[in-house]
Amino acid sequence: MAVKEFEKPILKEYSPIPKLVEQATSHLAPFKSKEDFQKSLGYPGELVDNWQEVALGKMGDLLKKYRSLRVYMDSCIQCGACTDKCHYYLGTKDPNNMPVGRQNLMRGVYRKHFTLPGKFFPKLVGAVDLTKEVLDDWYSYYHQCSQCRRCAVFCPIGIDTAEISMAAREIMDSVGVGQKYCNEIIGKVHKIGNNLGLPKPALADTLEGLEEDVEEDIGVDVKFPLDVKGADVLLITPSADFFAEPHVDGLIGYAKVFHQAGISWTLSSHASEAANFGMFIGSYDNMRKLALRIREAALDLGVKRIVFGECGHAWRVAYSFLNTLAGPFDFLDPRYPVPQHICEVTHDLINKNVLQFDKSANDGKIITFHDSCNVARASNMGDIIGGQFSLPRDIIKATTNNFYDMDDETIMEKTFCCGGGGGLLTDDLIELRMKGAQPRMEALKRVVEDHGVTHMAAICAICKSQFSKAFQYYGFELDQIISLHQLVGDALIMNKKEL
Amino acid sequence: MSFVTIFYGISFYVATLILFIGLAYRIYEYSIIPAPLKIPTPPAPKTKKGVAVRLFREVVFFESLFSATKWTWLFGWLFHFALLLAALRHLRYFTDPVWFWVSWEIVQAAGHYAGYMMVFGLIGLLGRRIFVDRVRYISNPSDYLMLILIISIALTGLLMKWFHTDIYAVKMFFVGLMYFQWSELPSDFILLLHLSLVLLLMIIFPYSKLLHAPGLFFSPTRNQPDNARDQRHISDWAKKLESKK
Repeated sequence: MAVKEFEKPILKEYSPIPKLVEQATSHLAPFKSKEDFQKSLGYPGELVDNWQEVALGKMGDLLKKYRSLRVYMDSCIQCGACTDKCHYYLGTKDPNNMPVGRQNLMRGVYRKHFTLPGKFFPKLVGAVDLTKEVLDDWYSYYHQCSQCRRCAVFCPIGIDTAEISMAAREIMDSVGVGQKYCNEIIGKVHKIGNNLGLPKPALADTLEGLEEDVEEDIGVDVKFPLDVKGADVLLITPSADFFAEPHVDGLIGYAKVFHQAGISWTLSSHASEAANFGMFIGSYDNMRKLALRIREAALDLGVKRIVFGECGHAWRVAYSFLNTLAGPFDFLDPRYPVPQHICEVTHDLINKNVLQFDKSANDGKIITFHDSCNVARASNMGDIIGGQFSLPRDIIKATTNNFYDMDDETIMEKTFCCGGGGGLLTDDLIELRMKGAQPRMEALKRVVEDHGVTHMAAICAICKSQFSKAFQYYGFELDQIISLHQLVGDALIMNKKEL
Repeated sequence: MSFVTIFYGISFYVATLILFIGLAYRIYEYSIIPAPLKIPTPPAPKTKKGVAVRLFREVVFFESLFSATKWTWLFGWLFHFALLLAALRHLRYFTDPVWFWVSWEIVQAAGHYAGYMMVFGLIGLLGRRIFVDRVRYISNPSDYLMLILIISIALTGLLMKWFHTDIYAVKMFFVGLMYFQWSELPSDFILLLHLSLVLLLMIIFPYSKLLHAPGLFFSPTRNQPDNARDQRHISDWAKKLESKK
């Protein structure tokens, strides 16, 4: 199945809300998961014969396990407040990409099979049977949601489409219709420990190479320790940080911070992945198993703190779910929150004057900051309300002289997703990804034109990969997307006296 | 006792039972389903007190809707506020003697003019449903009918300004129902139409999207304090996974 050509969106000064175009992206659906990936996660290998019965059973089960799902199925007023809030709707014009349109794909089935009015007056309330066509629509459109929660911020009831698309994906997995990208990756983490399937020797080799590069570059012996027992900090970072660009510059930045602050730290080969794709497929079980690897690594290495690198969804699972999934963490140093974000660590060290910066090192760059959706709308930093917005900005301002925010409607809790989150960062969805990036690209274009912004910093592995592609597509330069901790690493004054 | 009185008397008993038992059952259902994960949306309060403030602001000012779309907010808020004022005015039919503040001129007058405000707000919402392509796309017949039903209730209520009915008799009817000492209901057409539509609304409430009213209070994105790192939050079914190991 080759990816078809598609019309390239034009970036406008101010885009009006597009008129809807029915079925505009009904042709988009990611590759389906193969039998062995499915089975390794405990799902049927292919569509089971009595799939309707199984799917409805699973749905009934989830309605009893997740209050969010049940309340959100019942409570939508169909008021339309969310209809122009999804970047995928703005980019594709497909009404099923309006958050409520997406929700209604499941709500119709819910009404038909779980409510009286839907049973007796299906036409009146838009109730539908779960047919093969409906299942296909689910597969298509529940994989056109990046679970970024922008809609949930605007909904008067707080209905979160992410909760519904997660449930839909779990129902589909339970009947044997899984997504290749997510399920293949989850399988790799269960087996090896990271999304890339990078085994320990390869990881050790990569880190050694980084040590040599940094030493050559700045003449300081910055370590990238792996599986060091008794280290203070266990760093959990997305595996893309080990060699993807611009991610790796972020990893170098964290290492410099730890080095300069004299904090002993280590990576783990057992838990060498921050991202938890179990969340994308709505599977508590898989999410929990992946999270437990972190607990096991922390116990095994005898660390005192757990710190997460720059990764949006990872930070959601870490900040909001880790204590639930793999806690309690009473064996760690109680003086620090569990887990911590690398930005919290750096911010704290800046406040304590442990880190000194030469801002002029970043003078070649004029920076803007992209709030990654899952950091912005599903987590916090610094235990102050809005800390997830202020801490990264404080760090940028401490390390650079030139910073401009994008439009208020496109940052902080109203930030646009990069277009590749929620398990959609796969080339079979490239059309969706590029169209979904449009609102962010438009906001970026404005600060480029108004303030001469040259670089956008981000704190999410998916954002960084997605923007590397989207920047080229929309006529920016590939290297204009950078890791926040690259700014930190480049401006940090390193004490060269040490060995 | 006339047929009309008996019919409406029984209907109001039945509708009241459906409304209150239905709603209580829904609330019970929502309250026993766990929210296994912390999913508050920003700006998320850290404490339960903060959550109370947040919910108050949502319920009273429709804060999220305001940030989403000003027209829907305006029409929706006017309608709901008018509904409250009209409901307060109607308390005089159910309290004997009438609570002192209900009989205040300002409460009664506000309740009357609220009727017009309600119709205005609802027609605005209906207009959005018809003319905004995105809202039209998501509207089912029930969404239009619900608006038309409530508009009709408001209009028949307002019409009684001109088509007078013996409101003291109406009051005695309802007070009689409450204390099981029935009294005759006047059989004026507009009044009966008004009451019939209200009965319909009461009956469909626990089976319809009107559940957004209790739903908001049970919405985890709005009612959870953001304290996942400080307090371990775990549901019963998730706890069972732990003991399995």
